[in-house]
Amino acid sequence: MAISPQPLGTPGLDSGHEANGAGSLTAVEAAELGLEPAVKPRSMLRRGWEVFAENRLALVSIVVLVLIFGFCFIGPLVYHTDQIHTNLDDTLCRPGASHLLGCNELGYDQLGRLMVGGRVSLEVGLAAALVACLFGTLYGAFSGFIGGPVDSFLMRIVDAGLSLPFIMVIIILSVIFHPNPAVMILVIASFYWLGVARLIRGETLTLRTREYVQAVKIIGGGGTRSVVRHVVPNAIGTIIVQATFAVADSILILAGLGFLGLGVQPPSTDWGTMLSGGLTYLQGSNYWWLIYPPGIAIIITCIAFNFIGDALRDAFETRLQRR
Amino acid sequence: MTGYLIRRFLQMIIVLFFVTVFTMLLIHLFPGGPIRALLGPRATPEQVAHYNAVYGFNRPIYVQYGKWIWQLLHGNLGYSQKLNQNVSSLLAQDLPKTVVLVAIGTAVSLIVGIPLGVYQAVKRYTVGDYVLTGISFLGYATPTFFFSLILIEVFSIHLHLLPGSAPQGVTLGAVLSDPKALILPVVAFAFLGYALWSRFMRSSVMDNLVQDYVRTARAKGASEGRVLWGHVFRNSLISIVTLLGLSIPSLVAGAIFIEVVFNYPGMGLAFFNAAENVDYQVLLSFTVIATLATILGNLIADIGYAVLDPRVRYS
Repeated sequence: MAISPQPLGTPGLDSGHEANGAGSLTAVEAAELGLEPAVKPRSMLRRGWEVFAENRLALVSIVVLVLIFGFCFIGPLVYHTDQIHTNLDDTLCRPGASHLLGCNELGYDQLGRLMVGGRVSLEVGLAAALVACLFGTLYGAFSGFIGGPVDSFLMRIVDAGLSLPFIMVIIILSVIFHPNPAVMILVIASFYWLGVARLIRGETLTLRTREYVQAVKIIGGGGTRSVVRHVVPNAIGTIIVQATFAVADSILILAGLGFLGLGVQPPSTDWGTMLSGGLTYLQGSNYWWLIYPPGIAIIITCIAFNFIGDALRDAFETRLQRR
Repeated sequence: MTGYLIRRFLQMIIVLFFVTVFTMLLIHLFPGGPIRALLGPRATPEQVAHYNAVYGFNRPIYVQYGKWIWQLLHGNLGYSQKLNQNVSSLLAQDLPKTVVLVAIGTAVSLIVGIPLGVYQAVKRYTVGDYVLTGISFLGYATPTFFFSLILIEVFSIHLHLLPGSAPQGVTLGAVLSDPKALILPVVAFAFLGYALWSRFMRSSVMDNLVQDYVRTARAKGASEGRVLWGHVFRNSLISIVTLLGLSIPSLVAGAIFIEVVFNYPGMGLAFFNAAENVDYQVLLSFTVIATLATILGNLIADIGYAVLDPRVRYS
């Protein structure tokens, strides 16, 4: 439930249309062209939801994600810990009554840190996915819709970006801009949008030949209107699926950067940075609470997002087959 | 075919142009420029200005770009002040080791992943399929470094079976002389690719199984084995070729993490050290080399695709 309701309403697209396309069509035609897709996706999405709901793994994943979000965002309200000041008396203390999951090397309560770190990981993951998908969708849709040399040019840029070894550039960027969560979001999104753009461009190439998009052109509707009002809403399935996978991938990239020591700076933390802190103590391996909780948190979150993404893809594809 | 190749080649040149411009600009993003990054925060403005002049960083950016590309075309990758070594010699020393790691790891993942993917497609929705699907989802969701560290903890710290760090040695021969120490890095690398190949093969074979040519083959009386291995498998394999070309950036990413975890003396570790030391010449050159590998990989994959699938050639 945490994922799908947001894009279902697509309020951003509807309100955007009023500003963009008003006045370019006669009232009757606007009603026909404007209303039909607004109603249609809703019923398509409802049918998609039915397919989605049959997938038990995906439903379990949603429950798991709700629990993880609750743990990270509501947890600190219930389980109070000091995550700002180090407490060297408690350094590496074992799990017990006062610290349920023990403490780390600086005396931070590990359970509380897991919540705070998780918040950063989830926020960065979601925001990076959102930025990447938003930009990638618009870029790809406009490129595919305009076509011709402009499209070729824009797509060569995407090709170039995709041939760059992303992790190298992300590492360089993290070295240049001392990373804070906002920068991490942009750094991760600055790469992830490329794949989205290419995918949506491909989708647009088929969509723009459809009658309802052609019709907009014939009755004098502008390109912006066609893209925002017709192409993007019809590609929304692909976009949502992509966004779901993007969250998982962004969390993994952030974790990787944290491991390399290029993640968010203390006293803030994220799951990857927590892991990298604990790895120093791997040798003794008595400090399991430093390593396994953040590692398992990353894995469970990413698996859940992947399961949901898979189920969404099935849902949207079945919807297409039924139509 | 020739026209197709020429077109692909021209596209490649354009892509290379964009990439080099981007990488060049990236290095200039260092606060205060590359020389400030090299000399550190305590260098005086005069020193920075002096070395900017020495290395030509005070010239217009297009002149710098031109000079850099000219040097690159002559095989001069620059000089690492931090390591006091030519980047070319650093590359000659580290690249083969990384290539060996990536090649063995990828080969293992393909050898394991492709048959298992076919198995999953044929026996879909059985217990075996679900278990393997679970494993590949785990492969997608586990950070490479975390998996590597679990391997180290289990196999080298607890069981004392395998060494926890990669073979140390400057030359490729030294690295290969200790194959036992290569096992864990290769396994870690292969797990990364396994998830990808097996998932892809599963869906690809499933897609192909419902195609018309399969029905034709069956109607002709071909055995199930012949239908699967003679028709479906070969067609599914074609798309793996493309995927292999596209996955080079991910392989590079995997190599960096695995080399850092296992202290494997390859390009990835050298790149990471260069990032920590802000050794911009190494960063610049290695990025371009990895990009070139990706572009060439994609080109080879595309050509391979055209060779294997006549439909691409004639369209």
